[in-house]
Amino acid sequence: MTLLKIEGMRVEFPSRRGSVVAAKDVNLELASGEILGIVGESGAGKSTIANAVLDLLEPPGIMPQGKVYLEGNRIDGLPIEEMRKIRGKKIGMIFQDPLTSLNPLQTIQEQLIETITTHLAITEKEALIRAIELLEKVGIPEPAIRIKHYPHQFSGGMRQRVVIALSLCAEPNIILADEPTTALDVSIQAQILDLMRKLVKETKVGMIIITHDMGVISDICDRVMVMYRGDVVEVGTTKKILGNPDHPYTRSLISAVPRPDKRLHRFPLVEYIEEAGVPQKSIDISTHWLGKARDFGKKQDALLRVKNLEMRFLTVNSIFKSKRKYLHAVDDVSFDIKEGEVFGLVGESGSGKSTVARLITGIYKPHAGNVIFNGHDLTKLGKGRDANKVRRQMQMIFQDPFSSLNGRMRVGDIVAEPIKFHKLASSNAEVKSIVNDLLDHVGLGVIAAKKFPHEFSGGQRQRISIARALATRPRFLICDEPTSALDVSIQAQVLNLLKDLQEELSLTMLFISHDLPVIRQVCDRVAVMKHGKLLEIAETEDLFESPKTDYSKHLIELMPRLASTPASV
Amino acid sequence: MSDFWRRFFDNDLWWSFKSSPLVVIAFVITIVIIFSSAFATFVAPYNPFDLAQFDLMDSLKPPAWMEGGTSKFFLGTDDQGRDVLSTILYGSRVSLLVGFMSVFFAMVIGIIVGLIAGYSGGWVDALLMRIADVQLSFPAILIALLVDGVVRGLLPKGSHDDLAVYVLIVAIALSFWVQYARTVRSSAMIERTKEYVQAAQVIGLPQPLILFRHILPNVMGPVLVIATIQLALAVITEATLSFLGVGVPPTSPSLGTLIRVGNDYLFSGEWWITVFPGVALVVLVLAVNILGDWLRDALNPKLR
Amino acid sequence: MVMLTVALIAFALFQYVGDPVANMVGQDTSVADREKLKQDLGLNDPIIKQFGHFVQNAIKGEFGQSYRLRKPVKELIAERFPATLELSILSAILALLVGIPMGVYTALHPKSWVSQGFMTLSLIGISLPTFLIGIFLILFFGVMLQWLPTFGRGDTVDLGWWTTGLLTKSGWKSLIMPSITLAIFQMTLIVRLIRAEMLEVLRSDYIKFARARGLHERSISFSHALKNTLVPVITIIGLQIGSLIAFAIITESVFQWPGMGLLFIQAIEEVDIPIMSAYLLLIALVFVVINLVVDVLYYAIDPRLRMS
Repeated sequence: MTLLKIEGMRVEFPSRRGSVVAAKDVNLELASGEILGIVGESGAGKSTIANAVLDLLEPPGIMPQGKVYLEGNRIDGLPIEEMRKIRGKKIGMIFQDPLTSLNPLQTIQEQLIETITTHLAITEKEALIRAIELLEKVGIPEPAIRIKHYPHQFSGGMRQRVVIALSLCAEPNIILADEPTTALDVSIQAQILDLMRKLVKETKVGMIIITHDMGVISDICDRVMVMYRGDVVEVGTTKKILGNPDHPYTRSLISAVPRPDKRLHRFPLVEYIEEAGVPQKSIDISTHWLGKARDFGKKQDALLRVKNLEMRFLTVNSIFKSKRKYLHAVDDVSFDIKEGEVFGLVGESGSGKSTVARLITGIYKPHAGNVIFNGHDLTKLGKGRDANKVRRQMQMIFQDPFSSLNGRMRVGDIVAEPIKFHKLASSNAEVKSIVNDLLDHVGLGVIAAKKFPHEFSGGQRQRISIARALATRPRFLICDEPTSALDVSIQAQVLNLLKDLQEELSLTMLFISHDLPVIRQVCDRVAVMKHGKLLEIAETEDLFESPKTDYSKHLIELMPRLASTPASV
Repeated sequence: MSDFWRRFFDNDLWWSFKSSPLVVIAFVITIVIIFSSAFATFVAPYNPFDLAQFDLMDSLKPPAWMEGGTSKFFLGTDDQGRDVLSTILYGSRVSLLVGFMSVFFAMVIGIIVGLIAGYSGGWVDALLMRIADVQLSFPAILIALLVDGVVRGLLPKGSHDDLAVYVLIVAIALSFWVQYARTVRSSAMIERTKEYVQAAQVIGLPQPLILFRHILPNVMGPVLVIATIQLALAVITEATLSFLGVGVPPTSPSLGTLIRVGNDYLFSGEWWITVFPGVALVVLVLAVNILGDWLRDALNPKLR
Repeated sequence: MVMLTVALIAFALFQYVGDPVANMVGQDTSVADREKLKQDLGLNDPIIKQFGHFVQNAIKGEFGQSYRLRKPVKELIAERFPATLELSILSAILALLVGIPMGVYTALHPKSWVSQGFMTLSLIGISLPTFLIGIFLILFFGVMLQWLPTFGRGDTVDLGWWTTGLLTKSGWKSLIMPSITLAIFQMTLIVRLIRAEMLEVLRSDYIKFARARGLHERSISFSHALKNTLVPVITIIGLQIGSLIAFAIITESVFQWPGMGLLFIQAIEEVDIPIMSAYLLLIALVFVVINLVVDVLYYAIDPRLRMS
């Protein structure tokens, strides 16, 4: 039975610069008991479809064309009060961030009961019983007690379960889930997806899951709709879309997803991406500035040595030292990185991997332990010219392309700053030519220098970050989740760039990520962290083929495996 | 250079400015008042503080359009024979001077304190914020009154009048800086966690450099909004203090003093001595407030 | 902590501004007599001891004698306190009763012309200095229309230590204009504040989710949005109410209202230190109390603060 049918939907956002078309000519059908995935990269228009169905478009969004049928009845264009009755009762919706989706001032009980009694004609007492049953169904332990708690008393995964309960409590037939697991850790994500699959099977609701993550699609979706910039590019069963897609965009999109099973030399590039940018100029390292004498000191066996590093945050303060409680962000971590190798650090959020990076670069100071770089103990190094000489051999690229660049400075100045500060060039003209070279080399071109960061997209901004990091001719590069905030296609480009640079300049790299397939593709050796502790270090292939600790095994099992290799790229 | 102008006119800010007639009018009015009072010596028909230029015989004449008025004194004269229009122009000058200077000082103090507090955190932050809290317990008027009173008591009698303007500026600045400090501090704290600051640290830049070159430009937005709103508030505060008798003396009056002086004649029928300066004050403050409102909405990233 | 700092300031005033002895005695008192007075007053004791005395006295409510009026400060303040308090509280109630609904309305219907009207009114409201409002009201209602009295408090009734104007008709009449004057500035601030906060809240994810669940708009606006708006707004409103006391100074001047504010102004003009320092301490006390109340309220309303 077709629960939901959309015909020819078009969503626009009028603005003073003309109308932005978010979705064009979208057709969709959803049957009961089916999970349909809508996948696409940012800007594809997927969320706007769900919002438009429930008439929840953010102003000034409008739906000038299109028909939406709920169980055969037309619902687009209904008056507000009629629409209200449908929301929650017939169609439920879940949003991405469980923390902000819940009213912080009300208990879960209040929120559940209000929703139930708004739609169903039952007493509050009965509503309470139903609510508790529902909480149990979504997997909340001790529901009768926890129902009286406030949202902030639940952890991220539990909160999302509560959100799911809230969307189900008025017993709708359709659930629209907008990026429901994006904000969650990999292991929690797996649990939530399991839950959703179970619920659909038991209650026969129809579900639409909107996501950018191919792994989610392959995990629970029956059918998939692929979108690109507002157009529906392809629709089909999951098996077909992932295994043997027709449309070239779909094909290249699938192939750009880092493969968990085999290491390739380079990431395949996605077509259809307009920001391919200026092709990188190849440079002759022996004569170019980037390769010039870098006073690195004599070669050591291990370029970086981390010994018994410890960093903790105070959680419970007290005048008595013994009564204080700490959270150990980094707990007795030790590892070595050899010159020229790409060392990966993997773990979920809260594992301490980013903290380790910041300890190495000196942004944080450790409570115990040493960081020895090229023979120099960084923890004992103060400030001053000599310290700077050592420090500038080490640079870092950050995760968030939006906050890692100073929005008020021009790109050229951002890249030039380290050069000027460390006095690596003898004149302004020389600085300028170095900056231009760098921008060319990362594929942005010389014209980027005069522009401001907000004129660039996420992937381009990461390139700017890379240019800035290379400006001091570093020997060691730390990449802290450099592509986690980027679309899959852009990720492929940026990772390729990093790989090329690493080879070309013989950089030593510390690559931090929570994304195992990416680690597999990029790193030579890997260390696994959990709750501040280092659990396992191994060569990449060894780790993936035969992991030694249970946690590593668990993480590897959770890696999404797309149906099969694509027929051609 | 032409690139700069192209960007300027293409800017969202300019567009938002152009599209709101009220804001443009407010802007024009503000500019007119500022310029005419700055150049009051050239613009005003008379200099009301040049003893040679007025005559008690001309006193208490009504505005030109009323019976008994002359076009020589367009808005009438006060009890000393001074032309009201001229006094308004000169008075605005004082009001604006006090307004701008006090806001400027408050801004400088507030920004420095806020930056240091927000960036350093720890006990420095706690200490500075305690001081701010203590001061925040007192409304601006009270602080200004207090400072004024104290200085008045400390200085030998007589010299107070000459220094009144400066005392006032300092008093108002001292009562306003806290707001800047708090805003700058919270902005600084937010910016501090942003990754471009960490990138700067990794490059090796020293703290003060990071503060001024990176963080400061990014916190200026809200500062400007507060500055415009506070300008209006400063003018009102100064007027209030002058009205209460503890502000600028009648020898070089501001709009507030003029209103006070005229207040005594309100009931006997010479209403123009108070009303016109009052209207001028309100118009000025209103215009600045409209600009401040517009600026705040236009600069609000979430509304874009 | 705050109190101590304030006490320090008040004390410093005493010490360094003007010569208390000179202020207290006539010009022809002999030098010897002055010296004796100094001794009696303890002015020759070490500073710390004097400060200690000061604080002790302050706690008892003893501030010495007003230089100018020659009456104990304690009495003066007690006399004037009820007047100011009645005025302030009435204005506060007025400001809240009108301000909050207006603010909520403009947030819920931002584009209606009624809202535009309210916003324009509020803009004018914050552009009018309080004293000007007072003058205008006096001119209009007092002089031209002759409906309301232009100064003073009207007849008051003595209730033991407290005098109230609330029990007489003329008392009420006298209260109207001053309290409106005092209330207007606060009202406009409240309207703008509530509007800004509520618009923010209405844009949040949980409101969106509530709407997606099909809850009634009414419930969303009031039980969800408004409650969440009030939480951050309470501190500011608390501070505002405190500053009402300061603004009362202005209103009292304009209307010749016999409250503490008027006393303070006169004290400043005459550099009457005891009154000044007493007033300071009292205000600080009021603020500290208000802050405490607000903190408690915050704690009661926001569950996130209750758990740690």
